Amino acid sequence: MAAVGTGKKRKFIVSGRNEYVPDASEELVDTRHAYQDEYFLTSITNDDDSSDEDDEELDESGKNDDDGDDEVVFEDDDGEESGSEDSGASSLGDEITGDADYDSGSDYSEYGSEETEHEEEGEVEEEEEEEEEAEERKNDESSKGIKVSDKSEEKESAQSKPLFKLKQTTSSKINKSSTKLSSTILRNGNKKNVMNELAQADENRTIQQADDEYKSDTSDEEDIRNTVGNIPMNWYDDYKHLGYDWDGKKVMKPLKEDELDSFLKRMEDPNFWRTVRDPQTGQDVVLSDADVDIIQRLQAQKIPDANFDDAAPWVEWFTSEVMQTPIVRVPDHKRSFLPSRIEARKVAKMVHAIKMGWMKPQEEKKKSYEPKFFMLWQTDEGVEHMRRIQNHIPAPKRHLPGHAESYNPPPEYLFDKRELKEWNKLRTTPWKRKLHFIPQKYNSLRAVPAYDRFVNERFQRCLDLYLCPRARKMRLTIQPEDLLPQLPNPKDLQPFPTVMSMVYEGHTDMVRSITVESKGQYMVSGSDDLTVKVWEISTGRCLRTIPVGGVVRSVSWCPNQALALIAVAADRKVLLVNPGVGDHLVCSKTDVLLEEAPEQDVVVSERVKTAVQWEQASEDVWKNGIRVIINHFKEVKQVAWHGRGDYFATVMPEGQNRSVIIHQLSKRRSQVPFSKSKGLVQCVLFHPIRPFFFVATQKHVRVYDLAKQELVKKLHSNSKWISSIAIHPGGDNLLVGTYDRKMLWFDLDLSTKPYQTLRLHGTAVRGVAYHKQYPLFASGSDDRSLIICHGMVYNDLLQNPLIVPLKRLSNHEPYNDFGIFDVIFHPTQPWVFSSGADKTIRLYT
Amino acid sequence: MVSKRKKKYESGEGNRYVSRKTALKMLQLSLKDFRKLCILKGIYPREPRNRKRAQKGATGIKTLYHLKDIQFLLHEPIIWKLRDYKIFAKKMGKARALRDFETIKRTLENRPHLTLDHIVKERYPSFIDALRDLDDCLTLLFMFSTFPSLQHVPRDQSALCRRLTIEFLHAVIASQTLRKVFVSIKGYYFQAEIKGQTVTWIVPHQFCFVPQSTLEVDFRVMSTFVQFYCVMLGFVNFRLYHLLNLHYPPKFAVSSADATEKTLVDEEAFVSERVAALNVPLFCTGRDTTAEEEVEIDQFPMIEDPTKLEEIKQEAEKVKKHKTLFKGLKFFLNREVPREPVVFTIRCFGGEVSWDKLLFVGATFDESDESITHQIVDRPSLGKQYISRYYVQPQWIFDSVNARELQPVEKYFLGAVLPPHLSPFIDKTREQYVPPEERALEDPSLAEMNPEKEETEEESETDEVEKKNESENEGEMLRNEEEREDGNESEIHEKDKVREQKKKRMSVSMGVVAREDPAEKKRQERQEYKLREKMIKKKHRNLYRSMMKGRAERGKEAWLLQKKRRLHDEQEKAKHKAEKKEKRMKAAADT
Repeated sequence: MAAVGTGKKRKFIVSGRNEYVPDASEELVDTRHAYQDEYFLTSITNDDDSSDEDDEELDESGKNDDDGDDEVVFEDDDGEESGSEDSGASSLGDEITGDADYDSGSDYSEYGSEETEHEEEGEVEEEEEEEEEAEERKNDESSKGIKVSDKSEEKESAQSKPLFKLKQTTSSKINKSSTKLSSTILRNGNKKNVMNELAQADENRTIQQADDEYKSDTSDEEDIRNTVGNIPMNWYDDYKHLGYDWDGKKVMKPLKEDELDSFLKRMEDPNFWRTVRDPQTGQDVVLSDADVDIIQRLQAQKIPDANFDDAAPWVEWFTSEVMQTPIVRVPDHKRSFLPSRIEARKVAKMVHAIKMGWMKPQEEKKKSYEPKFFMLWQTDEGVEHMRRIQNHIPAPKRHLPGHAESYNPPPEYLFDKRELKEWNKLRTTPWKRKLHFIPQKYNSLRAVPAYDRFVNERFQRCLDLYLCPRARKMRLTIQPEDLLPQLPNPKDLQPFPTVMSMVYEGHTDMVRSITVESKGQYMVSGSDDLTVKVWEISTGRCLRTIPVGGVVRSVSWCPNQALALIAVAADRKVLLVNPGVGDHLVCSKTDVLLEEAPEQDVVVSERVKTAVQWEQASEDVWKNGIRVIINHFKEVKQVAWHGRGDYFATVMPEGQNRSVIIHQLSKRRSQVPFSKSKGLVQCVLFHPIRPFFFVATQKHVRVYDLAKQELVKKLHSNSKWISSIAIHPGGDNLLVGTYDRKMLWFDLDLSTKPYQTLRLHGTAVRGVAYHKQYPLFASGSDDRSLIICHGMVYNDLLQNPLIVPLKRLSNHEPYNDFGIFDVIFHPTQPWVFSSGADKTIRLYT
Repeated sequence: MVSKRKKKYESGEGNRYVSRKTALKMLQLSLKDFRKLCILKGIYPREPRNRKRAQKGATGIKTLYHLKDIQFLLHEPIIWKLRDYKIFAKKMGKARALRDFETIKRTLENRPHLTLDHIVKERYPSFIDALRDLDDCLTLLFMFSTFPSLQHVPRDQSALCRRLTIEFLHAVIASQTLRKVFVSIKGYYFQAEIKGQTVTWIVPHQFCFVPQSTLEVDFRVMSTFVQFYCVMLGFVNFRLYHLLNLHYPPKFAVSSADATEKTLVDEEAFVSERVAALNVPLFCTGRDTTAEEEVEIDQFPMIEDPTKLEEIKQEAEKVKKHKTLFKGLKFFLNREVPREPVVFTIRCFGGEVSWDKLLFVGATFDESDESITHQIVDRPSLGKQYISRYYVQPQWIFDSVNARELQPVEKYFLGAVLPPHLSPFIDKTREQYVPPEERALEDPSLAEMNPEKEETEEESETDEVEKKNESENEGEMLRNEEEREDGNESEIHEKDKVREQKKKRMSVSMGVVAREDPAEKKRQERQEYKLREKMIKKKHRNLYRSMMKGRAERGKEAWLLQKKRRLHDEQEKAKHKAEKKEKRMKAAADT
């Protein structure tokens, strides 16, 4: 390998020097040998002892004659060389300026041959040395021309015999380091020659400079004059010297030129542009033409040698042919020609394994990865018993696409601007979108692109399949109509009031309460305009207007048909009024009855006395029909008659534990039934048949047995505020209206919770009423609507009451958010009256 | 004797479910492996009836599995394979890091391989079960068959998908079970009825693969699904082929002429390409099955309702006709027509089809063949046209299939504006809005009406003016009559008064017919209904409300569609009119 390297290098160097070799060689050809051939390689050995080396080499070369086949080099030990011994360290400046005359051709061709001689590592160094010395020699030559000539004469004899050297290129490994195939060239020792050379000094100078350059870019011992070695020169920056010469003297830095000098140089020196400072010696060096050429070639990224033929035919220095005589004399080992027993055993094992089918060829293995299919199910339906997933729920199938997904849908399925905007708006919540894609229309199948969310959708489906929890859900197949309760058709439940047939106008303020005579001929209304009006039902005529001097909150006709009497609750008074309508006999009889107060034989307790005082009407109010005045200590809200018409109860919500007072008309006596307040009493009611008394507080309805004087039942309304109550004529069902929009139907036989809660109204229910004969009930509310319902109570205790809403009548006009205040049925006809905030009373038939 | 105290959640729902974490602990698997196992074995989380109890009182929402499912997984042999695979991956990683190529090679050769045959049997105990679950399988495989080789989708997997899907298509062609086709923007929906099971799958449009961000799509998960589905479809194909008396890895009855001429370089590739052409009937083993189907089925009056029986009979007849919809027709596909779906559809209904030889292998006849009846064209115009055939757009095929009869070709001619392509999957009982095209399909008389209308539009325009005049006249007449009547009445009134004044005698006056105002009646009914609505039990109230809300929404949607259609039609009409006017004007200007 080393040999190859050297071979190459040599070649390179040879051609590298070709440029300037010829001019030297021309002369040489003239003056010296005709041995020179194309590869004109000259070498000058450094010292005198080079000749000795040559001798040795001769031997070697002789030895290696057979192999060395290529180059014939001439070696000439120049006499001049001996002068080199004397030469001291001469400055480079001398070289440049001094007119050196020497045979440059011979001088520099040395390198090539030299290099071949050396081992890779050592080579270059030695080369350098030789160069160096040769140079110096030449310098001496120039100065001591005579001396040189003398010496050359002396040595002529030795040099005259040309040494043919066949260089061995197949490198011998053994004595590589010592091998020095130096090629010498015969040189004329003649002065004449020397003179000739001197004459050519100018031309050769360039070569010398090239030599310098060569030195500077090779390794370690470049400038022999400076012995500091290959160190960064900036270490000497701070000193005046650059290093040390052979004698250990300081090599001083050249004087620094000032600007003027450099300017002058630039102006005057034609070579200024090619002058370079050598950092090692601190000297200016002028580059030769060849150097410049090389630099230019390097810059152009070409091979530096212009003559180098990179397409030259390859010379195979090392052949693949086996040498007849081996270089190594060790005989081959036995195992190199005897078969191995261990290997044989291994092979035998493999063969056996293949035979037994344990080992399989590669290809067979690979094919086994392909799935193999066979008849997995023998029948369509047959199920083989094996362990499976517990209670498997198959995944639901995907929805099938509708028209909107078509590539060419009907035009109505395409989004318009608003839909598109909405679709885009729901970007963050895509599950709320109506469609998960935007319908598109393409004119032809060719124009349909791939759906960009396809992969994504499939992935989502995959996730659903293995991550989504599954459960069986019953799907409703019913229609919403099926949820409606099965109720009879309202038409089958006639008669019931359907149209408004009469409006009773005359009041100037809200009509809070109405009541109907038990025969159904007259009606009485009490209003906020401080009057009570008596109406004839059939004609709508106002028969009488009775001023009562207070807001009338409740009016109630005495159910006793033998009396013509109305109880009117006006502010803190309860007035018993004889309307003076109807049967004259009854009227006069009533007057007679009430003319004188019966004697009080019982001592009235203080508690009652402070709450209620009975008072006979004075003359002036007697005219208006007022017969008896009962003064209360608080505002009276409601008056309720007992079914017989002897007792009546009044309610004062603010009366605390005396809020309910029961009055007896015949004895003009009052009593306070409750000693303890159970809450804000809203209204009271007598049971139509039994001695029961209903007291409605805000949330509950309490049922008291008047005979036993105990609480029978407490009904829970589940509402916030009860407004009114009504009892079914049968006495077993109670209707409660509340301010929180509900109507509660209590079946007193069933439980204390409402049998049915009706949410028929939109706002607070203010009045509820039962019909005395027909299975009807009605409710009026603030939403101005009167709702008539069918409420059938069966005699059969097992059958629950049937409740059917029949009709909604909303003829009242709105007034301050109030609608209907009171509702009452006609005692005999299926008619209903409602009094409203719009100052009217309306009759529906 | 002291009985052991019963602890909470030791029985009942609390004991029936396990959370995912517990399941992982039980199985000693990583989450990744567990998921893979769940995909392969078809295990899914369950929704408990009472979540709190099922989670043993823990709050929040946990993924719950049936304890028995997890116990079932414990016995699964492929768990060991998954563990082997873990070891394999470790070995490979190590060898790779050491650049020990020898070991890499050896390990790769001996890599663990999952066999899923037993899982298919276990998940689908009967063939019908497998068919029932074929939808997702087919759609996914059809998608994967178009994939390039990706990081987690090896090339051979997509190649296998391609092979299996093509084989399935062949089975459908051979059994003639395709029923519906729908071209959507997502792809081609095909619905086949195999063994009484409807199987619907989507074939994506060309170039459906779009690089996906890893955040959105995990190809590993899909690849695992495909791994299982491939095996499943393979077995389904095998059985289908067997039932059709076909040779399973598809084979051709006669090796084609080309094959004998050329020396085949790669016979396998050649065959697979031919198979992919879908155009050649496959090799039959045994008798032809089609003849078998022809056998008349004896009828027994099992169903008592004779009308129902008749209906069923008619339906069967229709299906029979449907199967041979394209029989005797010869189609030629132009090169721009998507070959595979169209060829598949045509062949399913007994048509003959071919295409340009250079387009794909398997073309059976040339464009110049005179016996071609239809040429499918999907471009606005065509240079050379033959008189002997119809040039129709591909939608004609799909619409004909869905309508179960050949549609008139006029609407689908070359360059014509196509009628809308309707979905055949609409449940007619549920949908509120039916587009007019669909109505026309059901009732052909409507379809005939429409074009006539368009034609007579102009006439009607002129007529309208006359009609208006007429109506005005009529109005006048009516008014006159009324006036006359009024006059009469006033006279009568006067007379009455006179009469009353003269003598108050009992009389019978003419009754006036009380006409019921329909609007009023409607209002009344609505009111009644509303009152009844209020009587719904509390238990059902919310349900009722939501149902009504849904109904209202659906109604609104239908109304919106109707409105949009009406507006569109009006616009079209206006445009049409304007165009005609312009034409007329031009014509007038020219003259």
